[in-house]
Amino acid sequence: MKTVIVVGNGMVGYKFCEKFVAKIDQDSFKLIVFGEEPRVAYDRVHLSEYFENGDAERLSMAPREWYQEHNIELFTNERVTDIHRNSKTITTLSEKTFNYDYLVLATGSSPFVPQINGVDKDGVFVYRTIEDLEETLAYAEKIKKTVQKPKAAILGGGLLGLEAAKAVMDMGLEPHVVEFAPKLMPRQLDTRSSKVLQVKLESMGINIHLSKATNQILGNGHVIGMEFGEDDVLNVDMLVISAGIRPRDELGKSCGLKMGTRGGIVVDNKMRTSDSSIFAIGEIALYNQMIYGLVAPGYEMAGVAVDQIIGLEETTMAAEIDMSTKLKLIGVDVASFGTPFMPAEKGHSIIFENKTESLYKRINVSHDGKRLLGGILVGDAKDYNMLLQMYLNEMPLPKNPENLILGSRSGEDVSFGSAMDLPDTAVVCSCEAVSKGQICCSVKEDGNESLKAIAKATKATTGCGGCKPMVDDLVKETLKSLGKVVKESVCEHFEYSRQELYDIVKLKKIEDYDSLLDEVGKGHGCEVCKPAVASIFASIYNETANRQETIQDTNDRFLANIQRNGTYSVVPRVAAGEITPKQLLAMGRIAQKYDLYTKITGGQRIDMFGAQLHELPLIWEELIAEGFETGQAYGKSLRTVKSCVGSTWCRYGMDESVTFAIDIENRYKGIRSPHKIKGGVSGCIRECAEARNKDFGFIAVEGGWNVYICGNGGANPQHAQLLVEKVDKITATKYVDRFLMYYIQTAPPLTRTAAWLDKLEGGIDYVKDVVINDCLGIADQLDNEMQHLVDTYKCEWKEAVENPEIRARYSHFVNAEEADDTIEFVSLREQKMPKAWV
Amino acid sequence: MISNLNTYEVVEPENVSIWFKAAPVVKFPKNGGACVKYKDKQIAVFNFTREGTWYACQNLCPHKMEMVLSRGMIGEDQGEPKVACPLHKNSFSLKTGKHLNGDLDRIATYPVKIEDGFVYIGFSE
Repeated sequence: MKTVIVVGNGMVGYKFCEKFVAKIDQDSFKLIVFGEEPRVAYDRVHLSEYFENGDAERLSMAPREWYQEHNIELFTNERVTDIHRNSKTITTLSEKTFNYDYLVLATGSSPFVPQINGVDKDGVFVYRTIEDLEETLAYAEKIKKTVQKPKAAILGGGLLGLEAAKAVMDMGLEPHVVEFAPKLMPRQLDTRSSKVLQVKLESMGINIHLSKATNQILGNGHVIGMEFGEDDVLNVDMLVISAGIRPRDELGKSCGLKMGTRGGIVVDNKMRTSDSSIFAIGEIALYNQMIYGLVAPGYEMAGVAVDQIIGLEETTMAAEIDMSTKLKLIGVDVASFGTPFMPAEKGHSIIFENKTESLYKRINVSHDGKRLLGGILVGDAKDYNMLLQMYLNEMPLPKNPENLILGSRSGEDVSFGSAMDLPDTAVVCSCEAVSKGQICCSVKEDGNESLKAIAKATKATTGCGGCKPMVDDLVKETLKSLGKVVKESVCEHFEYSRQELYDIVKLKKIEDYDSLLDEVGKGHGCEVCKPAVASIFASIYNETANRQETIQDTNDRFLANIQRNGTYSVVPRVAAGEITPKQLLAMGRIAQKYDLYTKITGGQRIDMFGAQLHELPLIWEELIAEGFETGQAYGKSLRTVKSCVGSTWCRYGMDESVTFAIDIENRYKGIRSPHKIKGGVSGCIRECAEARNKDFGFIAVEGGWNVYICGNGGANPQHAQLLVEKVDKITATKYVDRFLMYYIQTAPPLTRTAAWLDKLEGGIDYVKDVVINDCLGIADQLDNEMQHLVDTYKCEWKEAVENPEIRARYSHFVNAEEADDTIEFVSLREQKMPKAWV
Repeated sequence: MISNLNTYEVVEPENVSIWFKAAPVVKFPKNGGACVKYKDKQIAVFNFTREGTWYACQNLCPHKMEMVLSRGMIGEDQGEPKVACPLHKNSFSLKTGKHLNGDLDRIATYPVKIEDGFVYIGFSE
């Protein structure tokens, strides 16, 4: 058995372990890892996320148990101090000695601190480890108590510096980025893109100071400012230095390995140092006379070292390392690839810049216009993957290469080909180095016909995940090329789409989930298919969520909306937002009695938060006694029909919008659908009810009602489209009946009407054909089915409080009467809210 | 709110020293879960009626430290029994406690046995 010692437990050191244990059998090698930091390897690239969640564990590359499970002996807080090459041993700070057959140095780098007068003052920090961050944070907390509006400077406007600026901003300090060069991210961006990024960052509250050489750091004992020129001073209360890195190569130096003149341990393309038993990877390895400060080359080096040690000697490092990067910097996409800055003698650049939208796109094209040489993207990097592939694989450019960044205009062909046009050698997943050929082959020959199966078989998409859309395309396109139908199946348990399942349930008259699974599914179901099938049962039989409660989403199972601390909110129906003073008083009394936080919702009703599970039936019993019914705010079902006061009060009203909205809300209440549905009724074209961002909307005009469908607020706002103009209420209602029923029967799970219409072949014209012209001959059937749902409505909360068996579900413990004692509230503006997440 | 995850530690079947008689089988929903109180612990117990198996794990979701896992929907992922947290749909294997759709910490699992119509959960203390 041979012993491999890894010195350094950072990202690259961890990646070495991961790749190593995946390839060896555990009897032939023993792996020992030393880390100087107290923690196991964590994701330094996303260090600033530590501030968003304060959760160091979440940054871990793998939990400590992972090392145990793979028989890796891990020593953290244990620095290796000496390498004895003659005896092939190392010693640690605590004077332990270990033998090695192979030694892998992955000690990474330390922040470079320039020799400026005053860098040793209190309040000057570096940005590298979680401990650095914690010290910085503690200092920030301290100065926030003594200084009003404290400011912090970040020395260095590179990648890490900008990340640090975000961290400082999250700490509640005013960030000032100080950069020596005349632009931000000087290694990755050209002057113009850097300016676009600067404008964007400034608009977010980050102050930028360029072309500043710091003379000294001011302050007596602790930092109070930075001096650039004689009269050029920036007052700050804290300073974070992020001015680059230096390799932590002292071990290599002291044991006499060949070093670079400016640091770094020299390695060949096998990652071997001048001692053939010692490898160096990551930011200490000097390869091609370069130190690579990016994760991807580090990971590749780790893979090469693994293969070399286990005897796969043909694996070597590529002669040229691609330094292309794409990242999200403080929420802004920034990417550069190939040769980002290109002298004019090598080719031409095509540049698109729009500062108002913070967009910059540049591609560099060879003189003959045939090859892509590199580029820069700021603000929108969604085309990065495809551009990178075109560059890496030297693919021919389209006739009008500007389409690559501008998109196709005036009906020209879309400029990008499909992912299938890539050569087989194209590396699609660079984290795991998986090529297009491997993916397609895995689909064709090994029968891995889903994204999930491909991820499992090839590890593609399991790194950063950026290649997911492309891999998904490759899987689908390969399947198509094999003549296989790409099924939009619900999940692994049903090889049917929701629409097909709907028809099966209806035709076979199946009434419960288990029978459906037995007849046409496989396995035992999951959280995707269960609620989808529950929704189908509800749409066909109008059964409430109470009958098959364990296939319902949690909100439906308990008929309330689960909120942050596991308590629930309660929303009674207030049709069209019309409520009497007596009802308001009743609701107020009940909310007060159960100490509920109350708020008016966006749908013109009242939400009462903070009810514990066992209180729900008690609250509802009282609400029902006051004449309220459930508002189904928890369901994928009709929520509200919003209304303006219309002609009953408004001097502009063309018709009675409130009356119509109440009728409509009561008509569709309780109807379950693939996703939630919302309606609106406006009394005139001023549209105060915002009916055009609802799933269905009616607007009163001269001579009748205009009917709109498939609008959406939310994450992807979309205006509703006109279905029919100037019709009477009865006709308007009939068309919406049919539209809703058709949507309910044909939409995939969890698809809003707007998204459904986007994908529907023929679009709005086709919907008009179905619901108005009855081109499918199903209008009568749709009418009857909707009428059945309307006629069989019942309040499911009434059912729940009256039925002892259902009521018994509302208890936190199955073996104790008491409530959950871990729930804690704090006060908020004379009400309460859940205690903050830890 | 519980901030100390160490309250919950995996109990392997061979380490069970106490079989806690939790509640009658009929009190647990079919193909669903319920929460059992044991000393100061909250344990989620799941009745996989279709398969005829039972599982138990901590009720605390390690994502946001909320006592909610027993209300999650259960199912299987290529044969692996799992529970999906009702708050953010993080799903955990009920065999190994492993987080299946991300890299949160493992959750603690406990042995379950059924005797004379009662559900028993195995603890080591």
